[in-house]
Amino acid sequence: MWNWFHRLGSPRTFFEISGRLLPWFQAGSVLLLVVGAVWGLAFAPPDYQQGNSARIMYVHVPSSILAQSSYMMMAVAGAVHLIWRIKLADVALQCAAPIGASLTFLALVTGSIWGRPTWGTWWEWDARMTSTLVLLFLFLGIIALRSAMEGREGAGRATAVLAVVGVVNLPIIKYSVDWWNSLHQTSSFSFTEKPAMPAEMWLPLLVMVIAYYLFFFTAWMMRMRAEILVRERRTEWVKQLVSA
Amino acid sequence: MKFGKMKSHRRNRLLLVLLAIAGTGTAVGLVLMALNKNINLFYAPAEIVAGNAPVGETIRAGGMVVNGSVKRGKDLDVSFVISDLKSSEVTVRYSGILPDLFREGQGVIARGVLRDDGVFVADEVLAKHDEKYMPPEVADVLADAHKDKPQAGKTL
Repeated sequence: MWNWFHRLGSPRTFFEISGRLLPWFQAGSVLLLVVGAVWGLAFAPPDYQQGNSARIMYVHVPSSILAQSSYMMMAVAGAVHLIWRIKLADVALQCAAPIGASLTFLALVTGSIWGRPTWGTWWEWDARMTSTLVLLFLFLGIIALRSAMEGREGAGRATAVLAVVGVVNLPIIKYSVDWWNSLHQTSSFSFTEKPAMPAEMWLPLLVMVIAYYLFFFTAWMMRMRAEILVRERRTEWVKQLVSA
Repeated sequence: MKFGKMKSHRRNRLLLVLLAIAGTGTAVGLVLMALNKNINLFYAPAEIVAGNAPVGETIRAGGMVVNGSVKRGKDLDVSFVISDLKSSEVTVRYSGILPDLFREGQGVIARGVLRDDGVFVADEVLAKHDEKYMPPEVADVLADAHKDKPQAGKTL
């Protein structure tokens, strides 16, 4: 198992495997994004209280889930980099940050647009919203720290430490609506109970969540492949690949 | 993951990473516990009735709008009672435009000042909504099924 772990850690192996996987992820994410968006925005029923404005959840919920989930994956990459000093993990961390930041930004913006007609406010210093804003700053901090430090080794380790330590924010986001009085409602989904919405609503939502995951992996792989080519530009295999 | 087989320097780094997370977690946890009151967005009716909310300062109060308690005055004046669905109730006065989702039986958060006589004078009212979603037809069916009960959600 360790053997496989280290083999996948080689940039060249990753480049080859990801090259084969990429078309499937691209096709899958485009297909599911179209299916989920049309289903959710046009065919799913409106909400009995909020009417059609509840449809923004088909964008808001998946982007919020991916914002947190991408941070977790990035932090795991950071831990792998710190412990095993695998260079590919550093590439993964660096490439995940801008995508995660964009998804967090999207979650905040769509939440704000949803909040105005339903709650009556664009923004409130509510625990859920504030902790999500902190998540955005963590992503931006990681991007800034990397570009501020000279030397790839040191910058990589510093960003990895920041990413790993920032994981503390994730349970705060998750439980903010349970621990404190907040404007944001509690979660509609849990592992132990039935969803608080009918299947005709949560099915398109599920499609959108899977689509966002596929999109994230697509974007992540594409960025990583480009970064690998830059970092490995002096190696034989990249020279051959480019000249071929 | 075979922990025992790891090289010792890697195991040390793993422990260091776990220690860093645990340390930051403890620190952040303590800060949040210390700030607990400030993180709560609003005072519940029970806290206001018990006299735990400051009088004469701008605060937020949150609760469910009691069925049948909404009274319109002249112009945009409105008064309603918020409750925690148990025993505590607070009267709120407000003059202005209410959000679309404001209705009896739903949660609201009002920002304003608590007066000496226990009336809450709001200058902003926000509507909360619960985590339940359903199509209008289903809600109609449910409402028909038990007409005497409020159809709105019960969680705040």
